[in-house]
Amino acid sequence: MSEPHTEDRQTISPRSVPPDRAPPAQQPRWRRDFPIDWDEDDYVSRRDLVKYMVLTSSAFAVGQLSFLYKKLFGRPQQALQRQPVATLNELAVGGAKTFNYPAGSTSRLLVRLGPSAFVAYDQQCTHLQCPIVPVVEQGKLHCPCHNGWFDLRTGDAIAGPPQRRLPRILLEVHDQTVYAAGVEGGSG
Amino acid sequence: MKPSRSLARRLTIVNAMLLFVVLILTLQLWLLTASANAYLAGDTSVTLPAALVSLACLGLNLGLLHYLYRFE
Repeated sequence: MSEPHTEDRQTISPRSVPPDRAPPAQQPRWRRDFPIDWDEDDYVSRRDLVKYMVLTSSAFAVGQLSFLYKKLFGRPQQALQRQPVATLNELAVGGAKTFNYPAGSTSRLLVRLGPSAFVAYDQQCTHLQCPIVPVVEQGKLHCPCHNGWFDLRTGDAIAGPPQRRLPRILLEVHDQTVYAAGVEGGSG
Repeated sequence: MKPSRSLARRLTIVNAMLLFVVLILTLQLWLLTASANAYLAGDTSVTLPAALVSLACLGLNLGLLHYLYRFE
């Protein structure tokens, strides 16, 4: 026998009756969690959605607390040793050079802006870690992946997707040699 | 099929609750994104207030969930 149309079913039986005919409150948990009628099902699905949302809320709070934990108990940044990265004769004005500081770090970019003016930054774009390239004549650093731009003199993000400035490498010049002497900004 | 009166009332309440929870969750997501951005830029001054606000939001959500269990 074919199943009657939905409207017919509603006319015949406005609410489904469980096989044991016991009231809903006496039904086992699984049967209450998987109701047959649409309105009950709407309620259960929305109630479960609220529960998952609260679970997501706790995940967000845990994420937030992890920042606080890292701030309070994270490994303090160790003072870095001074390291020679270039000589004055090695780099012409407008020239650039990559280096690692401290050893094993991500690539850093040294740019000579003038006879005695140097700047150095982390070479990873703060958007999605693509390597940046200097555009010295425009006074900018460019990330070609997503067209991000940084100020060459300050490392500030000035256009495109990056929101954060580049970590800066502190430099010292002694005896015709440029030394890296520390890292400023960034989380490590 | 028209839901029974008590079920209709429960549906209204759960819908309102869902709306509140979504609003609070949106605030928490914004807070997490903003403080992640600040933390990665080396600014850790916002981590404590942001964590407190996020915990308050979680407390509010847990309160709503508790209420949901109670009226069932």
